[in-house]
This record gives sequence, structure tokens and C-alpha cells, in this order.
Amino acid sequence: MVNCQVREQEGIVIIAVSGDVDLESSPKVRDVLLDCVGSKRPVLVDMSGVSYIDSSGVASLVEAHQSARKSKTTFALADVSQSAMRVLELARLDKVFTIHSSLAGALGDGG
Amino acid sequence: MAEAGKKTRDGASDGSGGIEGERIVQIRIDSRPETLRLVRAVAGEAAALCGCSEQCVRDIVIAVDEACQNVIRHAYRGSSDGEILIDIRRERDRIAFNIIDFADPVDLSKVKPRSLEELRPGGLGIHFISECMDEVRFRAPPAGAGNRLWMVKRIE
Repeated sequence: MVNCQVREQEGIVIIAVSGDVDLESSPKVRDVLLDCVGSKRPVLVDMSGVSYIDSSGVASLVEAHQSARKSKTTFALADVSQSAMRVLELARLDKVFTIHSSLAGALGDGG
Repeated sequence: MAEAGKKTRDGASDGSGGIEGERIVQIRIDSRPETLRLVRAVAGEAAALCGCSEQCVRDIVIAVDEACQNVIRHAYRGSSDGEILIDIRRERDRIAFNIIDFADPVDLSKVKPRSLEELRPGGLGIHFISECMDEVRFRAPPAGAGNRLWMVKRIE
């Protein structure tokens, strides 16, 4: 089960994703991510509640990252859980994505 | 050294498919994405039962999930009518996972990790499996099965 809560703070769209992002749930996460990136505002994904993410979930993040780049808006991750970070490291995406160690720090940095 | 993508099938042809080791658990699931949660729970608990560290358990869960996901997406082409047999065994100081399906044999020339230099969605499953397990190989499936992916991880 996955849950995506979207809110806006200081002009930044924050998506709090929680639960397992897997083959079953990643289409839902993908839709939310692409919808938010489509708003052309900076997007910050709070990953603290992600208990598991698989390659399909990672693909959704890559797609959102690419869409943001095309729209010339920012897309960043924050507070990535240990298990999710392991998967991002395996995909070498920890060097590609902007990753903030905490949500507060990301907002302080301007997202 | 991981060997995902090896283009041969090996293993005994004695009808058991050459599955060795002391069985810990065996489950059969339908080829539906929602069953993967159950697969992860069983794989993780089996690894923990064998004494694997937290990091080792985490890697095993990733590999087994991705392997079953590949079966659902590629071997069964998204059909939920298929069946996947997950046989978990202990082989001395290693834990072995046999992921068996009943689909048509896969074209092994197409099973290979992609370059990570290219930033694009998808195609990471084989890479994750190779990175997370110590040895990965397609071996001879049991009679009546289509494919058997054998993956082992040293218990540490």
C-alpha cells in the first residue's frame, strides 16, 4: 500500500510518499509525481515514509526528474529512508538526483 | 561474482531440476503485482531466520522482488494467470532462492543489465539482482516448468 499526500509550502509542492512503492503501487506514484511536475512549480518529494522502493518506483522518479528538467523546474528528494537510499545507490541515482538530508533543510535551501 | 545474463542453462536434469540444499520454505503465488508484498515478507523472514544481517536481508528482498517482477512482466507478459514457485534453501553458508515459472523459456540473450550511464526509466531490475546477490544463473527448471532463476547470497 502506498500513500501520497500533496501540499504546498513556500511555493514548493511537497509530496509525502509513504509505504511500499512497488510494481503494484508505482503507477499511482508516477501519476502524482508527473501531475505535480506538470504544475511547473518546484517539487520536493518527502521520502521519509517510503519503506520499500523497487525498480518500477525508481523509474517513476526518473521520469519525473526528466519531465522537470524539460520544464526547467526543480525536482528534489528529501529525507530518503535507508532502504530507499540503498536502491538509489544501486541505480547510481544518488549522484543524479538532488537529495536533501531533511525536509526542513530542503525548504531552508529553497527546495 | 554475479552472473545475471549468463547465456546458458546448467544444473542436473534428474527431474528435480537440480535444486539442492535444505529447504527453508516454498511458496506458490499468482503472477499478480499485489503478491510481491508477500514475496518480500517471506524472503526477508527466511533470510533473517538463516542469520543474515539487516543489510543482507535488505539486498535479498530487493533481488527476490525484482526477479519475481521480471517473471510477471516479461515471462508472463503481465498476465495474472501464471504461477510462480519460490523455493528457498540453505546451502551450507549460503541461502539460495529458486524462482520458477511455467511460462515459455525466456530468450537468455535478452536478459542482461543495461548501462547505468544512460538516464532513462526502466531496465534496472537485472542490474539490481546482479548487485544484490553473489551468484545468479538460469538453471535447468524442474519437469513441467519454463524457467528457473537460481540466486545465492552468502549468509553474513
